[in-house]
Amino acid sequence: MNCKKVILELTSYLDGALDSSVRLELEQHLSQCTDCRMVVDTTRKTIQIFCNSEPVPLPEDVRKRLHTALLDRFRRNAKTI
Amino acid sequence: MIFCQSSVAGRYRPPLGALRIVTATDPKPLPSTIVRDDEAQLVSAAKAGDAAAFEELVNRYERKIFRLGMNITQNREDAEDVMQEAFLKSYTNLDRFQGDSRFYTWLVRIAVNEALMKLRKRRPNQVSLDEPLPGDDDSVFREIEDWGPSPEKKFAQTELNEILNSVIGELDPIFRVVFLLRDVEGISTEETAQILDISEAAVKSRLLRARLKLRQKLNKYFRRSESK
Repeated sequence: MNCKKVILELTSYLDGALDSSVRLELEQHLSQCTDCRMVVDTTRKTIQIFCNSEPVPLPEDVRKRLHTALLDRFRRNAKTI
Repeated sequence: MIFCQSSVAGRYRPPLGALRIVTATDPKPLPSTIVRDDEAQLVSAAKAGDAAAFEELVNRYERKIFRLGMNITQNREDAEDVMQEAFLKSYTNLDRFQGDSRFYTWLVRIAVNEALMKLRKRRPNQVSLDEPLPGDDDSVFREIEDWGPSPEKKFAQTELNEILNSVIGELDPIFRVVFLLRDVEGISTEETAQILDISEAAVKSRLLRARLKLRQKLNKYFRRSESK
């Protein structure tokens, strides 16, 4: 396997979706190629950093406006039934 | 393997009190016929007119939909509009939901369309979900630097959030949406393809490009040689 093929298979590799034979080939390449190893490592970290980032909070005033709008829709819906 | 989000179909935690519609002015609870942890049952009950069942679906997904709206539009007012429209449209059109997918997938599809419409209004010539031109994947090897074991720890939480918001905002919406659905929301490739009405191969291709672009954008912040 060459460096270009590693990049093409990168998403499937990080998602654990590669056939075992291709995965072994890829890992063999990684054991010998510092550049590819770093690309794989930093791409994995990119995903993890986003995954671990603080979730955007739902502000209480925004939530209240949503539920008020829904209640209004429920009531209008009930009147038309 | 990387798993970001726990499944949205995870265990349902019943509220401490009775199910109720939360508003500033009407604290009276609505009775619900739903007692089990089952999204399909909630949807059936909501279709039959059980408003509290729909309210439970809203309680379950409102944070996720707001976050998705924020991440796509990068704007709080737009995210609020996206969330409201997604829930109001899903309620109004509930009869059209056939149950071919999870309710959540259907809801996300509505929210993504609303969010992309917001972006199109802001930048009419720049937001398209058409297939992008083939990327220059060789550019990956132009910036290869070690980040060390925990590069994010170089920054305070607020600063890190700003960096992440900034780099995701720089990403073309066509890639941003796929990255958010797959890697941040933990939605499967198959469901992402359904939501965006594109092939699974297109999802995989865009996800690869998105991940590589984000990696490249984060490199200047996280590389070991970068002293803070």
